[in-house]
Amino acid sequence: MAFLSYLINGMGLGSVYAIIALGYTMVYGIAKMLNFAHGDVIMIGAYTAFYCLTLFKMSTFASIIIAIIVCTVLGILIERLAYKPLRKSSSLSVLITAIGVSYFLQNLAQILFGTDPKVFPELMKNSTFSLFDGQLTLSYKTLLTIIVCILIMIALTIFVNRTKTGKAMRACSQDKEAAQLMGINVDNTISITFALGSGLAAIASVLLCMTYSTFNPTLGSMPGIKAFTAAVFGGIGSIPGAFVGGLLLGIIETLTKAYLSTQLSDAIVFMVLIVVLLIKPSGLLGKKIHEKV
Amino acid sequence: MTKLVQYPSGAYVLERDAYSTPVLETYHLGIDFGGLSAVNNFNIIVGPTEISGLIGPNGAGKTTVFNLLTKVYQPSKGTILVNGHDTSKMSTVDVNKAGVARTFQNIRLFDKMSVIDNVKVAMNNSMNYNPLHAIFRTPKYYKEEKRIHQKALELLDIFNMSDLAETTAGSLPYGAQRRLEIIRALATKPLLLLLDEPAAGMNPNETKELMETIRGIRDKFNIAIILIEHDMSLVMNICEGIAVLNYGRIIAKGTPKDIQNNPVVIEAYLGKPDQED
Amino acid sequence: MEKTIRKIFDKKHISRTISYLVVIGGFVAVQLLMNTVGIKSLFRSLLVPTCCYIVAALSLNLVVGVSGELSLGHAGFMSVGAFTGIIICGVLEPYLALNWLRLLIAIILGGVAAAIVGLLISIPVLKLQGDYLAIVTLAFCQIIKSLLNNIYLGIDSNGLHFSFIENRVSLIPGGKMLLSGPMGATATTRLATFTAGFLLILLSLLIIYNLTYSRYGRTIMAARDNRIAAESVGIHIRNTKMLAFVISACLAGMSGALFGLNYSTLQPAKFDFNLSILILVYVVLGGLGNITGTIIATLILYALPELLRGLQDYRMLIYSIILIVIMLITNNRKLKDKTDALIADIKARLPKKGSAAHD
Repeated sequence: MAFLSYLINGMGLGSVYAIIALGYTMVYGIAKMLNFAHGDVIMIGAYTAFYCLTLFKMSTFASIIIAIIVCTVLGILIERLAYKPLRKSSSLSVLITAIGVSYFLQNLAQILFGTDPKVFPELMKNSTFSLFDGQLTLSYKTLLTIIVCILIMIALTIFVNRTKTGKAMRACSQDKEAAQLMGINVDNTISITFALGSGLAAIASVLLCMTYSTFNPTLGSMPGIKAFTAAVFGGIGSIPGAFVGGLLLGIIETLTKAYLSTQLSDAIVFMVLIVVLLIKPSGLLGKKIHEKV
Repeated sequence: MTKLVQYPSGAYVLERDAYSTPVLETYHLGIDFGGLSAVNNFNIIVGPTEISGLIGPNGAGKTTVFNLLTKVYQPSKGTILVNGHDTSKMSTVDVNKAGVARTFQNIRLFDKMSVIDNVKVAMNNSMNYNPLHAIFRTPKYYKEEKRIHQKALELLDIFNMSDLAETTAGSLPYGAQRRLEIIRALATKPLLLLLDEPAAGMNPNETKELMETIRGIRDKFNIAIILIEHDMSLVMNICEGIAVLNYGRIIAKGTPKDIQNNPVVIEAYLGKPDQED
Repeated sequence: MEKTIRKIFDKKHISRTISYLVVIGGFVAVQLLMNTVGIKSLFRSLLVPTCCYIVAALSLNLVVGVSGELSLGHAGFMSVGAFTGIIICGVLEPYLALNWLRLLIAIILGGVAAAIVGLLISIPVLKLQGDYLAIVTLAFCQIIKSLLNNIYLGIDSNGLHFSFIENRVSLIPGGKMLLSGPMGATATTRLATFTAGFLLILLSLLIIYNLTYSRYGRTIMAARDNRIAAESVGIHIRNTKMLAFVISACLAGMSGALFGLNYSTLQPAKFDFNLSILILVYVVLGGLGNITGTIIATLILYALPELLRGLQDYRMLIYSIILIVIMLITNNRKLKDKTDALIADIKARLPKKGSAAHD
């Protein structure tokens, strides 16, 4: 039973990773770049929600919506100002710019909000419920996180496969020039992808703050790296891959902490990633690209 | 002039090559891509001084054959013998060491490096010093570098390219890039040279020049050459044996004359007469 | 003699000459300043780390610039070198009084240790390509950090005492902890000197230049420019890239050892992802494969936040803005075309002046 509870807690953590990883993977799929600033968009989302709740005394729902809007706008702004001019440059130039944006957001947050950790208000009571005659105790928070993640996943799959914009996104990720010739507005499609990823980051930020309860300007760093790892784990560029990668990473991390070692959990998680990539060099669900000779 | 003799296996080889080990033999060579067979039951024998052509309509699988021979692709079935040695299980690197060098349809030079460095890279395996010699600049390093520089220059000189030795390969004109690719392949001292559409993008004059170059290479280096080419005048002029590929299978083999008059080949290129209306 | 001089100023070797001149000139200038006007203690404290970062950036340039593989875990090799160096020095302290010799041994063994780790890591890493390769180097850096965070090592008259994860090291009086888990090294004797840093930069320049201008440099660049073509002419891609990777790790380890012996306390967390990225920024802004550029970029970018120290909290913000703006400007096509045209124009005028002078 203990195992089951660890498993479900791991899925909770994994769900947050998955939501963040979706942002990485969608942007990678379409712009072929590692958006290092994604983790910091999460942090901005957290501060937005925090100030909406505490300073402006807004409702939980309104705060989350505003956080989503702020992050979406931020995502579009970053893309338009920093990444768009570099679209034809080397991937390393874009990477360094993304790192610059990440530093910028972190330091801006330090100046605006201070470096001291803030306590995130409790959005829902930390109540638990028991199953199997009290042998399995789960918190509603974990359950909510998993449900939110699954809903996002379903919505995103429908969006990408069924809607016109979603199809345009897939077309752009395969061949931007061909998509342009077919009358797709590539610039707008890329912006929409950034907007979507950043909006998801806002949701992830609230879920993260609910779990950790305190946060500071470096909130996004570690979950950012982990989610990025999850995206690669699942096969970067693949939406189901990010979901599977995120969940698995969360589960592995939680189980490692429970059964093997808390101190070495990071090392073990990354070792699993390496082993997976050695067996499947393009991630669990990634497609292998053949170079035409 | 060219005369083919037939082996008991049914394969043809040049009369003058009939008593020496063939440089290339393939038996039942084939590859599937996701269940679809791209090349199937590919059997050829190439003599050690033969210039042979591999022709066929677009998408017939000609380049795939080259990729199989150089092990860029792993064959699904069949055997490849280079100079009598089985290369079917070797890596691309070892196939080159066994004596097969090639050029590419879409030129693949080391663009950012100089012309002479492109050649020197190909001569790397004949060089003899280790990293410590390089770091501490021992006499052995200087001796070897001097020797290889001389050799590379000599090779470039044969093709009238020694003046361009220090030019960046990527900035060469198209024709010179194609020539450099051939020189680079020759620098590995191959027994068999595979040329993938060497005349692509060339004007008739350049093609004529290329024809002489290819013949010259065979005579000077005494090696066998297989070329993939769409320019029929070139193929019919210099090739001694020709294999025609369609849908991944050899549909005809023989001398240029045989091929020109073969109704199956004409059909593959032009379609059946009754399909035309 | 004349031949040697001509060779030094030969067009082909001019970039190498400039690199050496920049480094030697920098060293001489700093020495002069120190012995005449004197320099602020803040700057004095920056000298050794600057040297370390230059060596680290030069070594990373070998992998990212020359070999063309993105590595996000360079700090891992530095940390292996740093803590190996610290341990070696701690062990040798009672037996070897000569500081410079201890430092030398520590740097060499730090390099060797990092090279061995680099070799082990390169086996799986080089099976992958592109972004997947990058993420695995990042993963290894995290693993190294995580392992070092859990090593407890002490020394007393009975010898070395080691424990993992939990601190079970008990020392008899007079003993000393060399590594204490997340706290890292807490009582290192500071042996690093600016001269050692200068010599280490010269050594890296020697190794990197001599290797690049040899059969190995050619094959490494060929493997980078066109993998399939390189294989087709008999170049073993993995062995080639492995050489670059291991030498890079070795130099990073040496720089780490010098870095570690510059501080009395050092935590494993210092060598994190951010440090790897910082070094990568130096390399990319210096120009991939451009050695002089890497040195200058490191000098400017490392000094920049320190120069901006007067602006207190805003310095990193300004730094990040400068970083973004540099990237946007250097990648601006119109601007690049204009500067290229300008350079071509200047070049076209120069030889005429030269020949006029000869007449």
